[in-house]
Amino acid sequence: MLRIRNIEAGYGSIRVLRKVSLHVNPGEIVTIIGANGAGKTTLLKAVSGLLKTTSGEIRFKGNDITNIPAERLVSLGCVLVPEGRQVFSTMTVKENLMLGATVRYRRDGKETIEKDLERIYNLFPRLAERQGQLAGTLSGGEQQMLAIGRALMSGAELIMMDEPSMGLAPVIVKEIFKTISELRNEGKTVLLVEQNARAALSISDRGYVIETGRIVLQGPAEDLLENRDVQRAYLGRDLDAEVEL
Amino acid sequence: MSTELFFQYIAAGLTYGFIYAIVAIGFNIIYNTTGIINFAQGEFVMLGSMTAITLNAFMPLPLAILLSVLITMIVGAIMEMLFFRWLESPTVLRMIIITIGLSIIIREIALAIWGENVRALPYFTGNEVTSVSIFGAHISPQVLWVIGICSIVVVALQMFFKFTRYGRQMRACAANREAARLCGINAKNMVTLSFVLSAGIGALAGCVVSPITYSQYNMGVPLAIKGFTVAILGGLGNSMAAVAGGLVLGILESFSVWIMPSAYKDAISIAILLLILFFRPGGLFGRKEELALKEF
Repeated sequence: MLRIRNIEAGYGSIRVLRKVSLHVNPGEIVTIIGANGAGKTTLLKAVSGLLKTTSGEIRFKGNDITNIPAERLVSLGCVLVPEGRQVFSTMTVKENLMLGATVRYRRDGKETIEKDLERIYNLFPRLAERQGQLAGTLSGGEQQMLAIGRALMSGAELIMMDEPSMGLAPVIVKEIFKTISELRNEGKTVLLVEQNARAALSISDRGYVIETGRIVLQGPAEDLLENRDVQRAYLGRDLDAEVEL
Repeated sequence: MSTELFFQYIAAGLTYGFIYAIVAIGFNIIYNTTGIINFAQGEFVMLGSMTAITLNAFMPLPLAILLSVLITMIVGAIMEMLFFRWLESPTVLRMIIITIGLSIIIREIALAIWGENVRALPYFTGNEVTSVSIFGAHISPQVLWVIGICSIVVVALQMFFKFTRYGRQMRACAANREAARLCGINAKNMVTLSFVLSAGIGALAGCVVSPITYSQYNMGVPLAIKGFTVAILGGLGNSMAAVAGGLVLGILESFSVWIMPSAYKDAISIAILLLILFFRPGGLFGRKEELALKEF
């Protein structure tokens, strides 16, 4: 569904991504894990068109989407839930959700969109209770639900999420990850970027490990969870202490 | 002070106050989508009234006003597309300096077209000496036109931003430009639209006020200063605060004539501007945290 080949990107003269290649198949949840500053967010920004790539190629459903303007990618069926939620804080929950459907007004008409709004409210009943409230007054977890809901309103098939668990209480994180795995059951494809490697890998089909702008490891999620290097670096397991003498 | 005189001052204050408010809202609309102050805002007002005066020689007044508003909107769109749209991540300062340059160019072109003559649109109803009596004060019907039309503009804009799809998209761009683009909103079109809207309401304000204040190629300069003061007074970006700020400044100015020579009238707005910038840089209705987020 998504195929990234040898892309490079960065900010000004700083090169962040170095020849990154990866692919996402339809119906998969794929996680990219890596430390702070490894290039995870940069990668999603480059795919979503917020950041220009300097070389390489990105294809989505066979279309070349390298350096496509961000606002056009959404109508092709690929959407990003950005880092830090980025809800429209001065607008109501409902307005936020309806803005997510911007690209569909001409295509689908109002009724389908209203129906989808109901679906989002079923997925996140808390948003239904607060539909008239300003998004800026929601809690962090609710804002994350809103950001995901807004992205889903675009009707996209591929949903990219940048650190959905960032800064949230463990119980909320659990709820968010549960929702993400439910998305797969609805036929959506998810590309996830996470620091919370254990939780993310446990709901994923496959994973990539990114280090200083390079993909250093990839494979099925279970294998990565078992991998000693991954365990040491990202899963917080102290292997040396466990070594039996 | 007699009641009649009191209401006379109030009416005069409201008239100017609403005009300042409209100019300030023009500032705010563009500020919200781009983060810049468009210093050519006063020139939109001038273009609107001068074009209407010229057109009025060939057609009835309502049609002339309508056409001049449309023409000014087109000028606003062309201005944005020629000078801003293609810029690659321009800095706020760079864009502001472009608007200053544009304001000078537009003024010079207006001078070349219309000369230095002072002109005016005819009164919408009656003439210079017609007056209606409200609470004993004699008020020109044009004052009622100004207050009425400006109120309608303010309400219509609020409805546009709240209830229409494009209005909501513009607000989304103002709230978070990157997130708006990720929703599939074309942020560049929204910037063009904000120039078109600002130009339109500026031109309309220029038309309704022309019979009272007269029009000249450089009438935009003082209006831009007053409008800017009002925008700052209310808190940049907040349109309803701009209306409140405009009315406050208009009424203060009008009552100042009572205690000071009228030559000092303009000093009031400058003094208010300085006081606000010193003591409440976020504006009367603005919050400190919001100010910290602003680029300008």
